Amino acid sequence: MSHYLEFERPLEDLENRIEALRRLSTNEMESDIEPDEVNRLEKKAKELRSEIFSGLTRWQKTLMARHPERPYTLDYINMIVKDFVELHGDRRFGDDPAIVGGIGRISGISMFIIGHQKGRSMKERIFRNFGQSNPEGYRKALRLMKLAERFKKPVVTFIDTSGAFPGIGAEERGQAEAIATNLMEISRLKIPIIAIVIGEGGSGGALALSVGDRLYMLEHSIYSVISPEGCAAILWKKGGEPVTDNFSRAADALKLTANDLKAFKIIDGIISEPPGGAHRDPKAMAKRIADYITKALDVLQETDPVKLIEERYRRLRKIGSLTQTGPQ
Amino acid sequence: MGWFKKTKEIAANRKVNIPEGLWIKCDSCKEIIYKKEIQRNLQVCPKCNYHFRISSLERINLITDEGTFIEIDSDLTTTNPLNFSDTISYKDRLEINKKKTSLKEAAIYGDATINGRAVSLAVLEFSFMGGSMGAVVGEKIARATERALDKGIPLITISSSGGARMQEGMFSLMQMAKVSAAIARLKETDTLYVSILADPTFGGVTASFAMLGDVIIAEPKSLIGFAGPRVIERTIKQQLPKDFQRAEFLLEHGMIDLIVGRKELKNTIHRLIELFMPYKQEEGSFP
Repeated sequence: MSHYLEFERPLEDLENRIEALRRLSTNEMESDIEPDEVNRLEKKAKELRSEIFSGLTRWQKTLMARHPERPYTLDYINMIVKDFVELHGDRRFGDDPAIVGGIGRISGISMFIIGHQKGRSMKERIFRNFGQSNPEGYRKALRLMKLAERFKKPVVTFIDTSGAFPGIGAEERGQAEAIATNLMEISRLKIPIIAIVIGEGGSGGALALSVGDRLYMLEHSIYSVISPEGCAAILWKKGGEPVTDNFSRAADALKLTANDLKAFKIIDGIISEPPGGAHRDPKAMAKRIADYITKALDVLQETDPVKLIEERYRRLRKIGSLTQTGPQ
Repeated sequence: MGWFKKTKEIAANRKVNIPEGLWIKCDSCKEIIYKKEIQRNLQVCPKCNYHFRISSLERINLITDEGTFIEIDSDLTTTNPLNFSDTISYKDRLEINKKKTSLKEAAIYGDATINGRAVSLAVLEFSFMGGSMGAVVGEKIARATERALDKGIPLITISSSGGARMQEGMFSLMQMAKVSAAIARLKETDTLYVSILADPTFGGVTASFAMLGDVIIAEPKSLIGFAGPRVIERTIKQQLPKDFQRAEFLLEHGMIDLIVGRKELKNTIHRLIELFMPYKQEEGSFP
């Protein structure tokens, strides 16, 4: 049974009716259902879907990005990576299940694939620490990327985390240092790096896997310096309004959708999702992602590594939105 | 210690009658101390060695040779790309902070000398929106870094910040990547980077340039970390260990090189600069 978000409720009704009709028409030899009824309802559902999903608010997109049925990194790896071998551990302290990585082939090209990993069942969610990485996760990611550089393999990262884990051990083992070191070192790796936000891009924990030559976002993913909940808690602590109103307000203020960030030129492109979101048709979504990866690699693989790094620096360097008034 | 308690009580009772600004209560040991005594002591509590938060200009005076600091790009301002507004607009908030601090942003950078040695220096101002890093702060750190690289002079940063500036959204977050990438280029040369952490340093600042120093120095007892203590407490629902995220805690866990008090800071930085000098620039001959 599908999981429907609040704003999908009208769709839930319709889709349940379509499914019921379908069952009837296949189960009963003779049926008094108008033959066109299913088609009519499906057409209506399609319209409703495009109406709902083309007009999602930023907060609704946030909920889509966190949808419990949304495909995660390992789902995409299973769908588009051939001969995947997962590699483990940071060689310093441990193996962080909240970040997975390994080597495999996409469209015949061997490359490293690294991403945040959330869990689906309660047991798995706990095992994956809800996709919140410890320093070991970032250090594992960097180890694999350096391995990729030595063997001249491209890197693809999938970003999907609410943020780096705020815990005692994480602080003791240098959460900040681990993220900072990734940002610094990845900026100089002499291989093409493509980063794709597939769900939640939560602050520094997401950024640690985002430095590269291309940054894409799925249509219903988000990327933000702070969660709407965190932002609302800071700004409107004493507000008497219903809580979700403040979340919605915060999401609007933060401008955290793929469309916002494309307009700001912070990301390179938006990968559109199947009607109703990635989880409604994961295979189609996975194929689109694979197409984006191979298309980007066609260009990046041909670029001289020195030029690649210079260009990567230039891309980061210009992010600012500043004015300089001149001496006063 | 009867007299001790008594004076404390008297001081507390007389608080209303104390002429404004003559006495100050130490944030750490709660002792009431004559303000001038603290000022003479570089804003360090003479009783418990607590280092009071001081302004970016005081920090510059503390470690540079008098009159040598020349600020660069003081006229950089944000265009407010998100048009952010909460209880008041971001634009108004910036104006309030400008008035409050007499500074234009939460960072100041420029050239200076330390015991005669030229450095590129960038300092964060905590009282300007919590020293938060938006596009201007990020740009200033990046330019200070590039200046150090171009001129082959050491980069010195002094951090004191709550992290990334929420009001600039993703533009803020990306500054972390920007400044880290600038420092990556510095690290391919023999140009020294000394990062000094003051109370408090957190979030996007620790998770970028502040923790990337070749040598990292912290002021005594300063709070330094990635996630704030309250966020951690709320997440793990446990009480935090004593002295968690203090400079001494970080030293113990291998995250910083040194804890240096204000009185020794300038000479410590100078000594490091001299020691890290490439052979050809070193004065005198080899021993």
